[in-house]
Amino acid sequence: MIAAAAGIALCLLALSVAATAMRGLTAASAAVYAASAVFCLALALVGIWTLATQADASAMTVPVGLPWLGAHLRLDALSAVFLVILGTGGVSASVFAIGYGRHEHEPHRVLPFFPGFLAAMTLVLLADDAFTFLVSWEVMSLLSWALVLTHHRDEATRTAGYLYLVMAGFGTMVLLLAFGLMAGAEGGYDFAAIRAVTRSPGLAALVLALMMVGAGSKAGLMPLHVWLPVAHPAAPSHVSALMSGVMTKVALYGFVRVAFDLVGPVPWWMSVPMIVIGAVTAVMGILFANVDGDGKRVLAYSTIENIGVIFAAFGLSLAFRANGMGPLAALALTAGLVHAVNHMLFKSLLFMVAGAVLNATGRRDLDGLGGLIHRMPKTAFLALVGATAIAALPPLNGFVSEWLLFQAVLQSPQLPQPGLQFLVPAAGALLALAAALAAACFVRFYGVIFLGRPRSDVARNAADSDGWSLAAMGGLALLCVLAGIVPGFLIDLVAPAVELAVGARVPMQAGNSWFTVVPVAEVRSSYSGFLVMTFIAISGGASAWLVHRLASRRLRRAPAWDCGFPNADPVTQYGGGSFAQPIRRVMAPVLAARETVTIPPPGDMAAARHRARTEDLAWTRIYLPLVTAVGFVARRFNALQFLTIRRYLGLVFGSLILLLTGLTIWN
Amino acid sequence: MHGLEFDIAHLLAGSLVLVSFMMIYQDRIYALLNTFALQAVLLALAVAWQAWIQEAHHLYASAALALVFKGVIVPWALHRIVQRLGIHREVETVAGVVPTMLAGMGLVALSILLMLQLTAAAENPLAREDLAFALSVILLGMLMMVTRRNAVTQVVGFMSLENGLILAAAGAQGMPLVVEISVAFSVLIAMIVVGVFLFRIRERFDSVDLESLDEFRGERR
Amino acid sequence: MELTGNLVLQAIEMLVVLALAPGLTGLVRKVKARLTRRRGASVLQPYRDLLRLLRKEVVLAENASWLFRVSPYMIFAATWVAAALVPTFAIGLHFNWTADLIALVALLGSARFFLALAGMDVGTSFGGIGSSREMMIGALAEPAMLLMAFTVALVAGSTQLSNIVAFMASGEVGIRVSMGMALIALIIVAIAENARIPVDNPATHLELTMVHEAMVLEYSGRHLAMIEMAASLKLLLYMALIGCVFVPWGIAPADAGISGLALGAALFVIKLAVGGTMLAVFETSIAKMRVFRVPDFLGAALMLGLLGTLLLFVSRSL
Repeated sequence: MIAAAAGIALCLLALSVAATAMRGLTAASAAVYAASAVFCLALALVGIWTLATQADASAMTVPVGLPWLGAHLRLDALSAVFLVILGTGGVSASVFAIGYGRHEHEPHRVLPFFPGFLAAMTLVLLADDAFTFLVSWEVMSLLSWALVLTHHRDEATRTAGYLYLVMAGFGTMVLLLAFGLMAGAEGGYDFAAIRAVTRSPGLAALVLALMMVGAGSKAGLMPLHVWLPVAHPAAPSHVSALMSGVMTKVALYGFVRVAFDLVGPVPWWMSVPMIVIGAVTAVMGILFANVDGDGKRVLAYSTIENIGVIFAAFGLSLAFRANGMGPLAALALTAGLVHAVNHMLFKSLLFMVAGAVLNATGRRDLDGLGGLIHRMPKTAFLALVGATAIAALPPLNGFVSEWLLFQAVLQSPQLPQPGLQFLVPAAGALLALAAALAAACFVRFYGVIFLGRPRSDVARNAADSDGWSLAAMGGLALLCVLAGIVPGFLIDLVAPAVELAVGARVPMQAGNSWFTVVPVAEVRSSYSGFLVMTFIAISGGASAWLVHRLASRRLRRAPAWDCGFPNADPVTQYGGGSFAQPIRRVMAPVLAARETVTIPPPGDMAAARHRARTEDLAWTRIYLPLVTAVGFVARRFNALQFLTIRRYLGLVFGSLILLLTGLTIWN
Repeated sequence: MHGLEFDIAHLLAGSLVLVSFMMIYQDRIYALLNTFALQAVLLALAVAWQAWIQEAHHLYASAALALVFKGVIVPWALHRIVQRLGIHREVETVAGVVPTMLAGMGLVALSILLMLQLTAAAENPLAREDLAFALSVILLGMLMMVTRRNAVTQVVGFMSLENGLILAAAGAQGMPLVVEISVAFSVLIAMIVVGVFLFRIRERFDSVDLESLDEFRGERR
Repeated sequence: MELTGNLVLQAIEMLVVLALAPGLTGLVRKVKARLTRRRGASVLQPYRDLLRLLRKEVVLAENASWLFRVSPYMIFAATWVAAALVPTFAIGLHFNWTADLIALVALLGSARFFLALAGMDVGTSFGGIGSSREMMIGALAEPAMLLMAFTVALVAGSTQLSNIVAFMASGEVGIRVSMGMALIALIIVAIAENARIPVDNPATHLELTMVHEAMVLEYSGRHLAMIEMAASLKLLLYMALIGCVFVPWGIAPADAGISGLALGAALFVIKLAVGGTMLAVFETSIAKMRVFRVPDFLGAALMLGLLGTLLLFVSRSL
């Protein structure tokens, strides 16, 4: 199977080159996206086939890259799970783009990079040596950077691109360190060699901490998340969908591969920072999503939240694994992986919705939209599915993974370490808070964009999306529903990967009656999304039918009541800022929220102003001082550029002497 | 030791911690004083229960002392002070209620972890548990003193801290009655001193907000 | 045959719950009226109100979308299914294992989600104010509820309500201070979730502090009837939940006969009556708090839930 996967990656790379050649052709966009869709579908099928048949890992070596090493590629269950995520996300983004790409003004700025980006992510998943992994990782970063810069005439986009580049460079540098440490003095960069080495717990923990920084910065862990909410929204929407839905998962893959496979046994205390950072990331991410006024940025912040949730699940799994509790480790890891799949489904869907709205109205700020449910009914319906799913509400898929995670959290008293016993329920409370805040966030997102009355002319005259876009969104929505009501299939699908990572798995779900999820024996609880869905459908449908049949079905349209004071101006509705007010006030300390009211003196006819501001403390407290310090040092060193030749020579001479002296002392 | 005896001791000691949290939650001084009285009553019950199961009769005296002094006299006196001085009836906090409670939660976790580890060798589970709860009450009392501005609330914090001490002493096979009585008296004396003190502050600054003291000493900004 | 019997029992339970819910609301109103020295409407008044609303025509705001018309049924269905999952007078019902306590919380979350969306739909300022505050309250109430569920699950070893009830009724638990804290937390959450005083006032209109009533302001006729019904069901659900977890005595076990079931049902009605009366007394004796005081109130529930979990470790590790 590895040959097939590698072949597809090659095809995607070739498509990239072909796209460069095709610039100027009118049909180029549709052709490239259609071909990408086909290749991605093939990738997903390869992944599913590998998982379904529980095929053994297959490997191959391609004679490219370093001459004595070549490029090792390998496909095992863990790669296959993420290949399914990549494939599914890729298909939907490509299909969406067939329609969406028509509106792109400069398609040649997207087309060559899009298949290449997919290919690079595939290669990250397939890589079986550190060199291939890091090179693919860097190519992935650079191509996504190029995609972020598509609308480069926009000042904000350029800033976002710069920030992204700096953070991506930093992340890769840290990854380099991590792999360097794992390879050790012998320099075995082959994953098989890395796996074979036994490491001291301290070293393993250090590697893991470096991975948390390196992969975490790409996935969006706090406080390394600052680039994500500016870079993801800046890209065209199908690319945003890929970056948020898929690329963050590839970053997580990097972490899982190292933490559960390559580095060997990890001390239990390493799970503490993971759980804490994961839970804090989840809450902070969704809080920022709750107060942000830009639709796509809300989605990007929500990505941070979900990454935090997944990360906390991984941390919990590591804690269980370090204590030799295989089934519980499997439960937590299953929760994390299933949530990764789910997040890909609904986040891609929602980014596409944001893209469709952007296309129809040209706006992404919440307060310029409204009432789109009347103008874009199909998109609105699909968006509702996505919003319900991401808010972790039953019977859709977001809830299933949250439920599994809570079941794992509930087993934490079995852990022998008192610290973890106390920490995990507290983290569970934070995760519950994040889930509830997510519901608030997506009521706001959906309510302000789609419900109410239009707040601008563009929103008043919007038209529904094209067929391709709707098909892509519809497919994702359908998968969200399916994964919600028959989650057993998804759990079974990731089971081989879980087994590979922790050496145990949750029991087979396929045979359970009514598609009930029955996790490991310790849990003693079950959940059937199918029955919940059926019950809701039956009781809702029956009551509606009975009411219409027996009571009354008369209906009259009239102006809104609004307690007798309806105001015709749509600005009087609750908008994004006003909806966020209660949460902004309650959480004011963590959001650094400030409200200022300026009321003109009596007699002055000027408008009163109310300004609400929040800021990201990570940005103002960590990054800005850092930037200032770097700037200060750079200005100091700037003087070195204007010296005479004699002084330069003196500088060189001086450093030579310094080095020699150092060497003498060293010996 | 297990069974009902243990359960009730557990319940009473846990309730003390709970009431400590209730005291942090209160934002009215009168409500705070009533809650404090409730804590004293619970303390008396907890100590009396210890006396019953340990068959240590002098502990009954401790319980009675706690009930009379802390459950009745001190709250009543504080009520009168608040009334006489016309003190602002809202509790002024330094931080918000929820952050303070979160901090309190951390303190409880800390004390439980610490006590369970320190006393791992001890035989008597009841004493271990009582110590853990008692340390929680002490730390919460301190937290209350730190985060409240008003002098009356600080007194209450101090008294509640002292409640924790008595709980610890009662759990650990009791302490001599003499010590107990002297502690009770010292509390009473402290109470009187604070009362006089309050009158004096009030005379001078027209407020019992402790920050006016800082201002007087030129420490504030 | 066993399956049909079980299904019938399940259906009976769902209908009983549905039939009792408005009565509970009526009882609370009646007791409140008597406590304030008014005569008050009959306990049966909510039934009459519902029937009257069902027969009336719907006056729909011009701007309302399909979501506004579908939401009442969604809210009702989600709440009803959630109510059916709580063991009211019998455990071991066939579909009790469909979902656990966590799913129950989330199902109520679904109902809230759609209610808040419906509040946003017409595009009035009242709807928005209600929705945003409801989501704020929900965001704090849900974690508190989950922590309460943690505490209970740690004691009972499962989040499945039937298992919890079976364990609680067995008398193995003893007296736990953690359970007391969980009870207080649950009561606070129940008050907040059901829009009762001091968090919200169920009997008010035209007041800037209203939350639940502001969201449903635009509803009329059968839609309003469904929403009122869902609100009554939710109140009953929380009462039943408190009843089955903390006073589980009398609930018919899995293999009970007709007499056991009848006893369970009778005790259930008594529990509801007692709970309703206590709620009315509590509501009469307390004033409504400012909206931005509610987070402190719910924060206290959250802390209690957490504290309950923490204290549980003390008794577990001894």
